[in-house]
Amino acid sequence: MSNIVVDKSKVPWWVSNVIVPLVNLTLALLVSGLFVFIAGENPIEAVKLIIYGSFGYIQGFAYTLYYTTNFIFTGLAFAVAFHCRLFNIGGEGQAYIGGLGVFLVAINLSFLPVPIVWLLAIFGAFLFGAAWAYIPAYLQSKRGSHVVITTIMFNFIASSLMIFLLVDVIRDTNQMAPHTVKLPEEIWLPSFEAFSGILGIKIRYSPLNLTFLLAIASLFFVWFLVWKTKWGYEMRAVGHNTQAAIYAGISPHKNIIIAMCISGGLAGLLGVNEILGVSHKIQAGFPAGYGFTGIAVALMGRNHPIGILPAAFLFGILYQGGSEVTFEMPNITRYMFVAVQGLIILFSGALENLFRPQIESFFVRRLNREVNV
Amino acid sequence: MVSPILELTDINKSFGHVQANKNINLKINKGTIHGIIGENGAGKSTLMSIVFGLYQANSGSIKINGKEINLRSPRDSIINGIGMVHQHFMLVENFTVLENIILGFEGETVFGEKLQKAKEDLEKLCQTYNFNIDLDATISDLSVGFRQRVEILKSLYRGAEILILDEPTGVLTPQEVDELFKILRSLKDEGKTIVLITHKLIEIMDLTSEVSVMRQGEMVGHTKTEDTSKEQLAEMMVGRSVLLRVDKKEIKKGETIFKVNNLSVKDDLDVTRVKDVNLEICSGEILGIAGVTGNGQTELLEALSGIRKVESGSIELFGEKISDQNNFLNPRMLKEKGLAHVPEDRQRMGLISDFKAHENLIFGYHDQEPYSKSAILNNKEITEYSNKVMQEYDVRPNSPNLITSNFSGGNQQKIILSRELNENPKVLLVGQPTRGVDIGAIEFIHQRLIDMRDKGAAILLASVELDEILSLSDRIIVMFDGKIVGEKENKNVTDRELGLLMAGVA
Repeated sequence: MSNIVVDKSKVPWWVSNVIVPLVNLTLALLVSGLFVFIAGENPIEAVKLIIYGSFGYIQGFAYTLYYTTNFIFTGLAFAVAFHCRLFNIGGEGQAYIGGLGVFLVAINLSFLPVPIVWLLAIFGAFLFGAAWAYIPAYLQSKRGSHVVITTIMFNFIASSLMIFLLVDVIRDTNQMAPHTVKLPEEIWLPSFEAFSGILGIKIRYSPLNLTFLLAIASLFFVWFLVWKTKWGYEMRAVGHNTQAAIYAGISPHKNIIIAMCISGGLAGLLGVNEILGVSHKIQAGFPAGYGFTGIAVALMGRNHPIGILPAAFLFGILYQGGSEVTFEMPNITRYMFVAVQGLIILFSGALENLFRPQIESFFVRRLNREVNV
Repeated sequence: MVSPILELTDINKSFGHVQANKNINLKINKGTIHGIIGENGAGKSTLMSIVFGLYQANSGSIKINGKEINLRSPRDSIINGIGMVHQHFMLVENFTVLENIILGFEGETVFGEKLQKAKEDLEKLCQTYNFNIDLDATISDLSVGFRQRVEILKSLYRGAEILILDEPTGVLTPQEVDELFKILRSLKDEGKTIVLITHKLIEIMDLTSEVSVMRQGEMVGHTKTEDTSKEQLAEMMVGRSVLLRVDKKEIKKGETIFKVNNLSVKDDLDVTRVKDVNLEICSGEILGIAGVTGNGQTELLEALSGIRKVESGSIELFGEKISDQNNFLNPRMLKEKGLAHVPEDRQRMGLISDFKAHENLIFGYHDQEPYSKSAILNNKEITEYSNKVMQEYDVRPNSPNLITSNFSGGNQQKIILSRELNENPKVLLVGQPTRGVDIGAIEFIHQRLIDMRDKGAAILLASVELDEILSLSDRIIVMFDGKIVGEKENKNVTDRELGLLMAGVA
């Protein structure tokens, strides 16, 4: 065990929030490189492929941003609940139900003016996601059932419920596969290639669409909510010290429910990207693990929007660059990249404090010396 | 010349960049009671933890009877005849006294003859020092005073020649303190050496023959107790002279503004902790609640401040009923009605240690103008206000953006106090305002409370420090087992009288 005690107040913010995560990330990538090497491929080549795949051409970059969009939503979802010290593991299920909200609003109200349909669909996504998070939140605040347990269970319930709906209730009856009909084309969210078309650039298809801007707006929304409003203040107070919150007249019950509902709503927005932006129908299992990866994104981004943006982008690069690598390198399977993600989570989440004391005390000593000279 | 039983030379110890002990030299003579006195955070406990082997010094040497020794763990210290009684007892609640004493030292003593032998040895010890303990009693049935005796007995049984006591009287009633002092004196008479760590000057004057004073990690003086006075020691502790008694004006009592009728309150385990309490407080008056910790004061304050539900009875503020068993106003509504509350336990309740100082300075008032407007926090106002009150209350360091846990206990308490006093409350509930706070800050806090009283606030002060109750209150009530067992005007009342009430024997 390390015995280094660092005076936290002397550690510059950029050491704990930039240098330490970067060191952890580098370590994760080095170990990943080792795996690639053992698998019989050249790690340097793999890195080149990742960079080419995610930045090297415009379509690849668009894919990277499309993945980033999803990770921003699910990362923010986890972060908001975490500020109230709630581990919302249910982003996956909330996103799934959020998708149902988008679809139901869009298909039933498609006669309205298009921008209004979009707004209502976004609202629907948020509302459905929030409603799905409300039940575990209620059980936590009134009955003390731990949200970690209930939200995990609610992921399974969401999955079963959606399969039931997709098979028996809202399936496109002309198809065998469990998915709905497509939404009318005029209410689809404009895609990236449509925009570049206006600018006179012709590119091939990519799933990137207007939802990306919604994700950026959500980053601002969360930052403002958590640090600039009394609601965020109260949520953080409950999260840090419930007893003190009660003393100050802040209701833990109310804030647990608010935090979880906003969290679930943000997860639900993933449905806007997937359904209004990309596939235009509900397909079975469309959240595809984004909800879970969002936990890692939030942990890496230290639950702050400014951290979540680069963390989401990094996972976007890994998703997109990773698929490029699996194309080009037959020895590297898709699952290798799941392992790489795992290593990043391991180093930046579980082993977060492995090198922190050493790094912080190194910089504190360094800076003190400069001051003394 | 006989070498001292314990000699420390140039002891240094730092935690990160905080130097807790700087070049400490200390000689303790055999058969004496040696006091070590200093403010909170002066480094007393650190130094003694080094002697007891809990910490290792960065440099310096420790000699026992002139022989240099190396203490790596408490076990080494015990072998060398050093015993320590901590502030928080280290006893297994559901074991008997005997089991606790032989625990970790049992060897073959758990069964049969050897156990019987251990018991006989202990009984002899008990008789020698008048301990009066039943060795077969279960710890959970014993009062705090007796538990402390078990700790002392444990050290003696393990062959302690030097006994270190860390703030031993903090949790005791005055009678228990007397008993403890008797025991300590008889230990001294039998040739044991006692090191007493405390921040209470009275105890030093009463009990010790020599005293060492620490300030900010340094040893600032050694003296024979008979050659010094309380005032002189206090000055050495804080580095300047301090008032030990609070100056206060004659009481200007107004009308009754806070009234409690037949109040009963239960704790979280559904045990009734406040039983049929009646009290009244007038404006311009400080009502002190004396009592040993755990006699219902905590639950009473929580009920009065709207944190805890009232079981029966009612509470009135300005003649208006604010709580009974059916309705109660939450703390925020009470704040709006002019009732502020400085809670007993600042870490658990009074503030959020991970928040920045300015966030704690508006805690509970965060949704009022000008700190927030239509739910949006007004950072400019909050920072301006924070700078102002931190200066006014001399909170050090004066940096509103520092995380609160980086402030010392006294400064954290000032943060709470400034927040609760800032709105000029009509009724102020105060619990343990100076717990873990150093002398300089105590003086300041007491003065603020007196100022509030002079401005016409009705103040309810609960404290386990009898001195504090006696120097601040106009009227004193004593709580024992959830009931009010006595009420006295604070004139000619002695701590002995109060002590008997606190122990529930009067």
